[in-house]
Amino acid sequence: MSRIIKNNRIVEDIWQLLKLAEGETPESVALTGEDIIFPLPVWQARKDEILSRERPIGVWIDSHEGPEAIADDLGRFTVIAVNFPKFADGRGYSTARLLRERFGFQGELRAIGDVLQDQIYFMKRCGFDAYAVRPDKDIEAALAGLTDFSESYQTAVDQPQPLFRRRSA
Amino acid sequence: MYRYDTIDQQLVNERVAQYRGQIARNLAGTLSDDELRPLRLQNGLYIQRHGPMLRIAIPYGLLSSAQLRKLADVSRRYDRSVGHFTTRQNMQLNWPKFEETPEILGELATVEMHAIQTSGNCIRNITTDKFAGVAPDELTDPRPYCEILRQWSTFHPEFAFLPRKFKIAVNAAAEDRAVIRTHDVGLELVRNESGEIGVRVFAGGGMGRTPVIGKVVRDFLPRRHLLTYLDALIRVYNRYGRRDNLYKARIKILVNALGVEEFSRQVEAEWSFLKDGPATLTDEEFDRVAAHFAPPAYASLPADDPTFNAAIAANKTFAAWAKRSVHPHRVPGYAAVTLSLKAPGVAPGDITDIQMDVVADLADRFSFGELRVTHEQNVVLADVRQRDLPDIWATARAHGLATANIGLLTDMICCPGGDLCALANARSVPIALAVHEKFDDLDYLHDIGEISLNISGCMNSCGHHHVANIGILGVDKNNEEWYQITVGGQQGNDATIGKVIGPSFSAEEVPDVIESLVNVYVEQRSSSERFIDTYKRLGIEPFKERAYAGRDRRKPAITEEGAAHV
Ligand code: SF4
Repeated sequence: MSRIIKNNRIVEDIWQLLKLAEGETPESVALTGEDIIFPLPVWQARKDEILSRERPIGVWIDSHEGPEAIADDLGRFTVIAVNFPKFADGRGYSTARLLRERFGFQGELRAIGDVLQDQIYFMKRCGFDAYAVRPDKDIEAALAGLTDFSESYQTAVDQPQPLFRRRSA
Repeated sequence: MYRYDTIDQQLVNERVAQYRGQIARNLAGTLSDDELRPLRLQNGLYIQRHGPMLRIAIPYGLLSSAQLRKLADVSRRYDRSVGHFTTRQNMQLNWPKFEETPEILGELATVEMHAIQTSGNCIRNITTDKFAGVAPDELTDPRPYCEILRQWSTFHPEFAFLPRKFKIAVNAAAEDRAVIRTHDVGLELVRNESGEIGVRVFAGGGMGRTPVIGKVVRDFLPRRHLLTYLDALIRVYNRYGRRDNLYKARIKILVNALGVEEFSRQVEAEWSFLKDGPATLTDEEFDRVAAHFAPPAYASLPADDPTFNAAIAANKTFAAWAKRSVHPHRVPGYAAVTLSLKAPGVAPGDITDIQMDVVADLADRFSFGELRVTHEQNVVLADVRQRDLPDIWATARAHGLATANIGLLTDMICCPGGDLCALANARSVPIALAVHEKFDDLDYLHDIGEISLNISGCMNSCGHHHVANIGILGVDKNNEEWYQITVGGQQGNDATIGKVIGPSFSAEEVPDVIESLVNVYVEQRSSSERFIDTYKRLGIEPFKERAYAGRDRRKPAITEEGAAHV
């Protein structure tokens, strides 16, 4: 079982991330395993089947897939993972804020893909609370990245009040 | 100017610690060069032709004398005793050692400076009018807006990895001296019918390979909505800007693809969710920041100083300098003065450690301890008494800072080009020096009058050649340096992109071609016309014809593509 950072701690991950292999289609892929994080196309194609499994459900969306695609189903997901195909692809930050601030998602919001120590402070601010740090990297070191900065100027998920509304107080 | 409180300082200190760790991890092999690249760029560190280059942020071009002395000190201890001011009002050190860059940032932090977001695909240094706060044609001081934007953009968690770099400029004067229309976002402070000050928002301007003049996306935005609106606008860009092609990733491409109406509509739709949220600017915060820019303790003086006027009458050289370098001030008896970093034989925008110390001393003695870096790569002392101008001139002159060429042909904007920059197609500094040599007669320069000549070493257009009356662009033809020339560009309220006159020229030809273009103007001008006015009246043809007279050009110019910094 791999380890992830969740709620500022390193924990064992109970979820399986489903990725379509070469030649597999959302319609044909086998849904084996217990707690699965499904790719968005699989969720969209086989919603009823997934619901009938009566297991907690996870879904992952890629950087080009907006949160709008799952906005109506948020209550069904225990985990939503957002993929960062390259760490320089910053769309996932907007996705996360929208999921939290606009659509009100309360469950686990997990960053997957090219997730590295120097990005997770920003990820935390945008509403992520779980990070599947790239497996070749030191997850303990990455954990320290969450606390690179002790304050922040802007409004974001972790601190909705911008500094200027707290400074005078 | 704005002074850090303990939180501002702590954030900069924490940034130094973070960066130190990143460099250490890279040296230890746990952070690859590829992974380090965007991180170091967001701290201004490039790896250039000869080694690293560090770009230090000078927020909206404003410096205290203590900060400039620190830059002098850093350039002495960690570089070759020279710094280079850029068109984003920043400073570049061209010869730092990679391992020492954390030390440099540590030094800078002691004077409330840093290199945060001076590169990378994030919100860059905010720029503004070099005469902010003192210009007679100003509606209001833009600097509090700039500082509020600096804080908002610093480590903005959502916008650290945009499709491409993002540049914002602010103008509050009748005449736009901040080139806001060639920025990703240009903000013009305006007053509406009911007298309220707000912002006219331009978006999608830019230079580079596809120069575009920005378009108005919102005519009036009340001040309190500034941050929520920009959050919405940049979110639309972050989500929908192209990431598949480096050359099509700037916001101008998105705005053009959608059309400005549709782009504005999407921004408004996004904004409807953020509007009136917690990021809505409070009057208290605006006032807190604005208090840092309160006017200094001006003396009450007569509007025209007799000492200054007498010096002009008595000394032709001083008079020529004053004519070009002294600018009106909103307070009677005061002036703003430009110190030229465009002396003959010196790379435009370069300043030595000794000159930095001299300027810092001048600022302390005569200008309330502050100065500004201009996007034309000069230095401005913004609050000097007219009667001190002869003294300032004498000191500046003794240190090569009083070339009487501000706004004239040899006040060239010029990027570092092929001598230093890894992306260059051609060198730009030698061209600037050659033009300087050709036009070494100050009387003739004054006779030619106002004209802008800008030079970029490649399509990235750091030298702003697109908006110059005469623009020079380095292009690469079969590994040879060639120069494409444009005419008719201008900055300001009527910002215009120059037109290419035809096939490019060799380096040796450039000064003669410039002379030909200038000759057309000198021969055909009516008494009050500037170069640009004559150009507008005559059109491009006579300039084109003269430039190629006696030159055989069968091969067409090759326009090279720009690239991103590494
Ligand atoms: S214009 Fe090109 S050559 Fe000049 S500094 Fe910019 S990237 Fe380098």
